[in-house]
Amino acid sequence: MITVHNLTKTYGDNTVLNIDHLEIPKGQSFGLVGNNGAGKTTLFSLLLDLIQPSSGHIINNDVQVDQSEAWKPFTSAFIDETFLIGYLTPEEYFYFIGELRGRNKADVDALLSNFEDFFHGEILGQKKYLRDLSKGNQKKVGIVASFIGNPEVVILDEPFANLDPTTQIRLKGIIKDLAAKEGVTVLVSSHDLIHVTEVCERIVVLNKGEIVKDIHTSAETMKELEAFFAG
Amino acid sequence: MLKHFIGLQWKSFFRSATFKTEIWFKILMALAALYFIAVFLGMGVGAYFIIEKMKIGDPLRVVNQFMIYYLAFDLVFRYMLQKMPVTNIKPMLYLPIKKSKVVQFSLGKTVTSFFNIAHAFFFVPFSIVLLVQGYPPMQVIGWHLALMALIYCNNFLNVMVNNQNVVFYVFAILFILAGASQYYQWFDITQFTQPVFDLFYDMPWTAIVSWALLVALYYGAFAYFKKHMYLDGGLAKKQTEAKTENLEWLDRFGNLGTFLKNDIKLIKRNKRSRSAVIAGAFFIFYGLLFFTGALEVYDGPFWKIFAGIFVTGGFLFSFGQYVPSWDSSYYPLMMSQNIKYREYLSSKWYLVIIATIISTILATFYLYFGWEAYAAVLVGAIYNIGINSYLVLWGGAYVKTPIELTSNKKAFGDKQAFNAKTLLLTLPKLVLPIGIYAIGHFLISPMAGYIFVAVFGLLGFVFKNRVFTMIENIYKKEKYKTLQAYKQK
Repeated sequence: MITVHNLTKTYGDNTVLNIDHLEIPKGQSFGLVGNNGAGKTTLFSLLLDLIQPSSGHIINNDVQVDQSEAWKPFTSAFIDETFLIGYLTPEEYFYFIGELRGRNKADVDALLSNFEDFFHGEILGQKKYLRDLSKGNQKKVGIVASFIGNPEVVILDEPFANLDPTTQIRLKGIIKDLAAKEGVTVLVSSHDLIHVTEVCERIVVLNKGEIVKDIHTSAETMKELEAFFAG
Repeated sequence: MLKHFIGLQWKSFFRSATFKTEIWFKILMALAALYFIAVFLGMGVGAYFIIEKMKIGDPLRVVNQFMIYYLAFDLVFRYMLQKMPVTNIKPMLYLPIKKSKVVQFSLGKTVTSFFNIAHAFFFVPFSIVLLVQGYPPMQVIGWHLALMALIYCNNFLNVMVNNQNVVFYVFAILFILAGASQYYQWFDITQFTQPVFDLFYDMPWTAIVSWALLVALYYGAFAYFKKHMYLDGGLAKKQTEAKTENLEWLDRFGNLGTFLKNDIKLIKRNKRSRSAVIAGAFFIFYGLLFFTGALEVYDGPFWKIFAGIFVTGGFLFSFGQYVPSWDSSYYPLMMSQNIKYREYLSSKWYLVIIATIISTILATFYLYFGWEAYAAVLVGAIYNIGINSYLVLWGGAYVKTPIELTSNKKAFGDKQAFNAKTLLLTLPKLVLPIGIYAIGHFLISPMAGYIFVAVFGLLGFVFKNRVFTMIENIYKKEKYKTLQAYKQK
């Protein structure tokens, strides 16, 4: 589904990302871990063509992302609050994203009804604009919006941060289902080793912009990761 | 303690992202500031002699007569533009600093605001002229001090009524009514207020009263501020109850409708964009200056075209200029969502076109000044639609100032909004049509001038697809830079 070729990103003399080769097959739940400044968000931004690679490129489903816009219809993401439109209500925002992805109101409503649990009654019908919601609730909106329109690739940056425990547990279930049942390629980054090991089939560790570990998740993974990060 | 506060202030000013602009622009800004200072000074010095020449009475008394309007206008102006000093308080709340210290510093900061200092450029020279003209020094000084105190009273009044829209609108309406009734000579409010200001001059010791008022207002503001210094009190962001709107009638326009819906909500729900649109609406009346012959300098034939462009282009200039910055706070979303650049740009283009057409219809009252006046408006509209609408979108590709939608601060003097490229693009917007008109006007007839400009506008319309492809490519090229620039607030 996604192939990374000789990708580097440098700012001045500082190389923040340097990946020779990375292949993510369709339907894989892919976890990205690493300390601050490891290059996680840089990689995601490159995947979304929000920054330009210094060299190399990314192919997403046969589309080279920095050359064509054709990856947009099947890729969706929630990176941070700049993916939210502050002056819309959550409903309006969902419908807006729905319309961009060719889904009418009924389609969106049907999808949202699956997430009533996840929203915990704090999102829909609240008479609040997105900018007035708490950070955690904003995040819920952004994450659910990225599921609209049956995307084939979903990219979530730090989805577990800022969420309450109940929602974290529900989100883990949702992400697992997406990859396992619907064949969606899910890319997740996190600082929380427990969450990623639970959710992802495969975990890649970035350190100073380079891939230092590429693990197929198993019972020992947690120990391996802890050993690595304890340094 | 004060040293720390001032140090923080200093850093926040010099380290702000907007401060680092091109050097030539700083020079330009300095020149503009000097110009305004010169204008104020000129007014301060000249006011005395102008009033004297008009022979409407003793200049000081005349100034006193209209002083109430001066102060009222000042208050309205402050309410709309002066920034409240609450912004940097939050990080101070839990530090070991006495609350009263923080409040004192915040209020003290407002004292040095431009909105207070600017008045000195009028009052100081005016008072000096009075002294030179042989008015008794004690009395002039008393008057001067009293009015200074009143200006500062406005400052603290504004702190207290800030964000109380009801109070503000009631006040503004009273102010407008007073002005109107004075003009039509129903009721003259200055009859009652002039004696008060005269008193400051006739009995200089009464200045103490206005200073006492100032002290009272300071403590009022102090107490008010201190009482509301909680995260859920005065420091809370104001939340309005949201209503979901579907605007389904726009659905028939497909993808275009999706964006239009969003833009309508953008304009309705954000302070900054609302102000821009309201400012744009006022342009409709701008033509009155030209067509009524109110100002002699505007009597030349070219000015009619100039007026036509402005009358119908208010929205284009006030809102269109800042495309795509209106979407700056969620630009990464727009860039990674399933959106084609062309659709995004055309929705903005249509918005500008629709607004131009509405302005043209609203401007039919110019027919009152003869068909030629309205012809100028119509020609201006065609040029705006055919040429200027592209130019604002084109210029927008280079505008890299993020817009904070919920606040009006920096609405004026947004430094980065001007750069060499956008400035150059204003030339064809205004100068070119005047030039085209001039050619027709001098070679053939005024009528030909109008036709030339209109034809030019229509030509632009014909090349829409080609122009859009060009603009789209520029936006694509600038995309990464724009994303980067919008990140820094």
